[in-house]
Amino acid sequence: MSADTQVAVEFSARIRAHALRMVSSAKASHIGSALSMADILSVLYTQILRVDPANPHWEERDRLVVSKGHATSILYAALAERGFFPVDWLTGYCKDNSKLLGHVSHHVPGVEVSTGSLGHGLPIACGMALAAKHDGRSSRTFVILSDGELDEGSCWEAILFAGHHRLNNLTAIVDYNKIQSFGTVKDVLDLDPLAAKWEAFRWHTVEVDGHDFAQLQNALSRTSSEPDKPTVVVAHTIKGKGVSFMEDRLEWHYRSPNQAQLAEALKELGYSS
Amino acid sequence: MRTAFINTLNDLASHDERIWLLCADLGFSVLESFAGRFPNRYVNVGVAEQNMTGTAAGLALSGKIVFTYSIANFPVIRCLEQIRNDVCYHNLNVKIVSVGGGFGYGSAGYTHHGTEDLAIMRLLPNMTVLAPGDPVETKLLTIAAAECSGPCYLRLGKAGEPIIHTTQPDIKIGKAIVLKEGEAGTLISTGTTLGMVMKAASDLYARGVSVSVLSMPSLSPLDADAILHAAKSTGRIVTVENHGLGGLGSAVAEVLAASTLHPRFAAMYLQAKPTAVAGSQDILYASHNISVADITAKMMSLLVS
Repeated sequence: MSADTQVAVEFSARIRAHALRMVSSAKASHIGSALSMADILSVLYTQILRVDPANPHWEERDRLVVSKGHATSILYAALAERGFFPVDWLTGYCKDNSKLLGHVSHHVPGVEVSTGSLGHGLPIACGMALAAKHDGRSSRTFVILSDGELDEGSCWEAILFAGHHRLNNLTAIVDYNKIQSFGTVKDVLDLDPLAAKWEAFRWHTVEVDGHDFAQLQNALSRTSSEPDKPTVVVAHTIKGKGVSFMEDRLEWHYRSPNQAQLAEALKELGYSS
Repeated sequence: MRTAFINTLNDLASHDERIWLLCADLGFSVLESFAGRFPNRYVNVGVAEQNMTGTAAGLALSGKIVFTYSIANFPVIRCLEQIRNDVCYHNLNVKIVSVGGGFGYGSAGYTHHGTEDLAIMRLLPNMTVLAPGDPVETKLLTIAAAECSGPCYLRLGKAGEPIIHTTQPDIKIGKAIVLKEGEAGTLISTGTTLGMVMKAASDLYARGVSVSVLSMPSLSPLDADAILHAAKSTGRIVTVENHGLGGLGSAVAEVLAASTLHPRFAAMYLQAKPTAVAGSQDILYASHNISVADITAKMMSLLVS
């Protein structure tokens, strides 16, 4: 394992543990959705994103829009670990007077855009990518989408737009964990063949194992090999990844781990509660 | 009004590189001049208002002042959640322009009638809501929209509205404009009913009734002082608008109800009744009891009762 990968692996474990503690303490939902994108966030924040925690509004920074705003615990954990704000803020998650709202909030340092209603992030990311191209900035724009989110028509308006306008500085990442809010993607509204759909809309498509650090690093580290296209990384993931009794189970979209479940989950990740 | 808007926007954009214009595939014979002069700051996003508004938010987050443009409900209600969450929540410099508010697209039918937009926009946080009454107000409020910080809704008529202001008024966001001063009552108008209201004031004067006329293009923020002054000094208020419940009449009623003043008050607005037959703007307004004769009669009724 390379040194870079080792850093990302350890970052993933830490943010998973934070998210579990946060969600359990707040009796909040969406831990399954948070865990499925932990490794994506880890690779982004340790290897890919050009950001400066001391200067979150640095104009030349890369932008990340987390459009699946319900999976916010893991994003706040990643931002804290990356140094945007003190790690002890995380204990306030969803509690009275905390800035750490239950859906992604731009009042939190390091967050670009508030989200929570699905289908909003990609159009905003298109605007950011368009502005960067117009202004001649080398900033890249990333957006993380859920699979269920792709049921929203606004996503497809933006997918059409980005392909047409050749936004090659834009990278979308689909956290394709195959379980949406009230059923499997296959049963509710099947997206298959997902990569082929994006390709037909003139995107450069890459499919990866969303828990394989080397594959994620490789896919995210450069823009499209086809220079006039935006890139989509379809990341095949597992909902609840990292905690055996949460993996691939719909109920962890809603349930919050109790003390015993939290202890067991942290133990699996190599932490004491 | 469309012409006054685009000419003003062209002037603004020639001095301010931050100004962009996005349209959703509408604007034929209006937007071409901007597209020709500023091709790198103009995007026809296609028939996709949600993406237009989200993209505008992304541009505004990158320092741009972005005008979005379409007709009637399309740039407003179709993409309402993008306006609420992406634009207003983040307090961004996105200026939403809708052409043909009210019955501006008269015979086009109910889908093209913008009759709830002011009420909806008035509820949103950080949103400045403007409905100019003539091309002069349109020009000055387009400038004000570009200069004000944060989200703005600019509701325009379609085309051919008469010029009411013979001199350049002093227009500020949040301020009413006094067009006539009288003692017997006050007519307050927002948007393109201003011409009708001025005519009604003339007809009342011919009958020996001298009324004030306020143009109130700024619905949010609202000039509460002007409303209270009208109530105190004239004792009778009639509001007129080409919009349904929740617009000017409701806004004025909210101010009066919270005050200690009790003027005689009537709100003239469009009924929530989808149009089933074709008609020009004036015919449709008349079918909702909004005409010069109706306005005159309404003020007269407050005088005698």
